[in-house]
Amino acid sequence: MKRSRRQFLKVASLSVLGLSTHLATGGIVNAAEQGAQYLPNENGLKAGRWAMVIDTRAFETPEDFDVCVKACHKAHNVPNIPNNQNIKWLWTDTYEHVFPEQGNNHMSESLENRDFFVLCNHCENPPCVRVCPTKATYKKPDGIVAMDYHRCIGCRFCMAGCPYGARSFNFSDPRKHLDMGEVNPEFPTRMLGVVEKCNFCVERLAQGLMPACVEAAEGKIVFGDLNDPESEVRKVLAENFTIRRKPNVGTQPGVYYII
Amino acid sequence: MIEKVLKGSPKFYVWLAFLGSLIGLGAFTYLFQMKYGLSITGMSRDVSWGFYIAQFTYLVGVAASAVMLVLPAYFHHYKKFKKMIIFGEFMAIGAVLMCMLFIVADMGQPQRMLNVILHPTPNSVMFYDMMVLMGYLVLNAVIGWVTLECERHQVEPPKWIKPMIYLSIFWAFSIHTVTAFLYAGLPGRHYFLTAIMAARFLSSAFCAGPAILLLLLFVVRKMTNFNPGKEAVQTLTKIITYAMTINVFFFLLEVFTAFYSGMPGHAHPITYLFAGHGGHVDWITGFMWVGAILALLSLALLIPPSLRDNEKLLPWSLGILVTATWIDKGLGLIIGGFTPNPFEKYTVYTPTVPELLISLGIFATGLFVVSILWKIALDVKKEAGTF
Ligand code: SF4
Ligand code: SF4
Repeated sequence: MKRSRRQFLKVASLSVLGLSTHLATGGIVNAAEQGAQYLPNENGLKAGRWAMVIDTRAFETPEDFDVCVKACHKAHNVPNIPNNQNIKWLWTDTYEHVFPEQGNNHMSESLENRDFFVLCNHCENPPCVRVCPTKATYKKPDGIVAMDYHRCIGCRFCMAGCPYGARSFNFSDPRKHLDMGEVNPEFPTRMLGVVEKCNFCVERLAQGLMPACVEAAEGKIVFGDLNDPESEVRKVLAENFTIRRKPNVGTQPGVYYII
Repeated sequence: MIEKVLKGSPKFYVWLAFLGSLIGLGAFTYLFQMKYGLSITGMSRDVSWGFYIAQFTYLVGVAASAVMLVLPAYFHHYKKFKKMIIFGEFMAIGAVLMCMLFIVADMGQPQRMLNVILHPTPNSVMFYDMMVLMGYLVLNAVIGWVTLECERHQVEPPKWIKPMIYLSIFWAFSIHTVTAFLYAGLPGRHYFLTAIMAARFLSSAFCAGPAILLLLLFVVRKMTNFNPGKEAVQTLTKIITYAMTINVFFFLLEVFTAFYSGMPGHAHPITYLFAGHGGHVDWITGFMWVGAILALLSLALLIPPSLRDNEKLLPWSLGILVTATWIDKGLGLIIGGFTPNPFEKYTVYTPTVPELLISLGIFATGLFVVSILWKIALDVKKEAGTF
């Protein structure tokens, strides 16, 4: 009896060992196979520091803005919620609201009446990243401030931290406000209770495409690598007078405005 | 000692049942919040924190205030407070529990709460806040329970409890300082961005917390024969008076800096709170003025010794003080921080009925826990003859 039990244990443990090594090697092979699927796209665009320069003089009619906003919100399945719990990635406002405390008396009529684009600035020194308790908001090495919607706990500390009002919270289920037949299947819709914002089209850059708004703006918005002295953003920055929002808060925005 | 809960007067159980029904109402309303999200609250894209976070902030102060008994008793050997300490510690437990519940109620994805621990982020103040609150809860539970157990057996508390008590003193300051840092380090929120925030929080906590404690103890005195002691009450009232004076002074410092400097960002939230904007006042303005007047009134009633030591008047003075500090911190603080918004625009925040019902449920939970803990403490004291 005793012997047979010992034998049984021996066989059993050997087979468990065999099974687990099989699983382990199989697992490794599998992982290697799967890893291949996640290789970055060879055409993906890379930069040391992505930045955007908006030529505000070139945006004249509401349609000029509209095509960009539509392109962005369509690409990212941003719902349109008709109350003050809405979601905004890219939108417009007047000079005094976009650049508070940077206004002047007796400004030119065009400046007073013109609208300006507002979006996340992808700050160099982003308070939203600093305050997030879960690293759901984080900064990529190329300067893009990205978000993991699946990690976000919806504490909204980042909304209190962002000095630019760039973040939105899903107070209600965003899918209820989307035409689910029309959603862009390339980009996830969000769920109830998480924060979101403009992501500088990180998913398009990875495929070698320019951001949706930049593409739709047909040259009125320039996008490129701030660290590359030869880049177009550097060229337009060198040639034009530009300002950024709230320079006094020390965040070093990555969005520049040609005035 | 827990068995003491089982032997109580019918009145006590009616009270618990009443609180239980409020808890049920809050929990029921919370089900709706689970389903429809925070859209059922009055919060918006512009005012993204509201009543929940404000109550959390206020209650951290209440929790920290237990130190106003512990510190004189252990640092200055002020024996008269010894009788009351346990009530302060047990109230702190209830307060911390409410803080945690308010945080959970405010989360968009509460089921992911553990992400704060699974992905610890030392650069986030919220990470530290969670840690210190947990720590404070444990400290007070252990200290309270062990000292009470010893009182029951009429033995000296074990030696190791002393260092824990000293630790709890520093810890109390730390919980409210860290809570202030949640706000005081945000670059774009002028009403929050002030170095004196932690000091303001502590001063308001150290008057409001002990005032609430005394008010509750007066109720207990009415119901049972427990007497905290005349001198102890007078001493604590003096502490409350000093803390409130400093609290009001600190607020006036803010007003001076905002308006003498004339910097628009600093002035706008205070102007909004007390005078509205563009010729339009919102509901908060009325509250702010009532709060300001009550704050001064409470000082008028507490500073003169003859009024302060008047036992008939004292509950009223304390009640006025609590209301004033609550309006300042439980309403004005958050609303002023988010109005105007980063675009210098004004969005009105008004808490909704569901939001208030959930809050009521949380307050009832805290009171429920405190009622049970206090009953245990009172029964033990009765038995041990330290009533
Ligand atoms: S603009 Fe706001 S959300 Fe965007 S990176 Fe800066 S702080 Fe973060
Ligand atoms: S709401 Fe989400 S992204 Fe924002 S701070 Fe909280 S966990 Fe981070």
